[in-house]
Amino acid sequence: MEATAGGKREYSIIVPTYNERLNIALIVYLIFKHLPDVNFEIIIVDDGSPDGTQDIVKQLQQVYGEDRVLLRARPRKLGLGTAYLHGLKHASGEFVVIMDADLSHHPKYLPSFIRKQKETGADVVTGTRYVKNGGVHGWNLMRKLTSRGANVLAQTLLQPGASDLTGSFRLYKRDVLEDLISSCVSKGYVFQMEMIVRATRKGCHIEEVPITFVDRVFGTSKLGGSEIVGYLKGLVYLLLTT
Amino acid sequence: MKHIFKIVAILVAISAIWVALLETSTVPRSCAWLLPIYLVVALGCYGLFMVGFGLMFFPTCPQEAVLLQQDIVEAKEFLGKKGVDVGSE
Repeated sequence: MEATAGGKREYSIIVPTYNERLNIALIVYLIFKHLPDVNFEIIIVDDGSPDGTQDIVKQLQQVYGEDRVLLRARPRKLGLGTAYLHGLKHASGEFVVIMDADLSHHPKYLPSFIRKQKETGADVVTGTRYVKNGGVHGWNLMRKLTSRGANVLAQTLLQPGASDLTGSFRLYKRDVLEDLISSCVSKGYVFQMEMIVRATRKGCHIEEVPITFVDRVFGTSKLGGSEIVGYLKGLVYLLLTT
Repeated sequence: MKHIFKIVAILVAISAIWVALLETSTVPRSCAWLLPIYLVVALGCYGLFMVGFGLMFFPTCPQEAVLLQQDIVEAKEFLGKKGVDVGSE
């Protein structure tokens, strides 16, 4: 599908990056590989990575075209929610996909997001790791336990309308995303939870697709007490304000 | 309506039932007094069961790590030929 003269796209894929010099190249290659006949653009929101991520993006623009790979950088780390907002400002797609840059989200699932949205007309299609055809690799027992415990607690208290609350591999209708982001104030993974809970409260049509999640980063970052406290605080906040 | 209102409403309804049971003595008083504790324990057991069950059947995908490595090799090969710097940091 060729772009129209105005350059309007059907799908904008926003990828926030920080020090993802190698992964961003791999991700862009895989996206183009798995979406051969789709009218999309990739918007890379880099927060001033010191490792030269932006130089790699410029090289990728030579290979794939500046109209398909957009670099919209920011001076320093300014947070995920604002990264999505920043990407949205430059997105011309009717639908917006958000995904991580570290290859835990594999672009091969993008066709299934698109297909699900077309079949059901959903406002939000969210990837879930916790169903039969999904899964996680690279988590030890403790990590799985905290994940499962957190999930049961959140499901009981919040009735969120999705099985994977903290996931950040999602497809949104563009106006739905704009509306949700403007009403969410949390940070980090609680932000992802807040997005999906608010979407459910507003009556959005939410569908799920199974995804697999290969965590190559986990070994380097532990899930400590402060993360758990932060999560509980986030739960209470969502309980009281949504 | 905020979700917390629904939860409070359910708690109020349960409390009303409990008080009614205490007052009308259809259930022996000594038993009725302990009902809230039974409810909390039952909820706790349910929660533990859900966590344990979910942990037992936690979906994993070891083959995906292998596939990912293959994808990485393929990507590096293609991009290297096209002049993109794919050396590790």
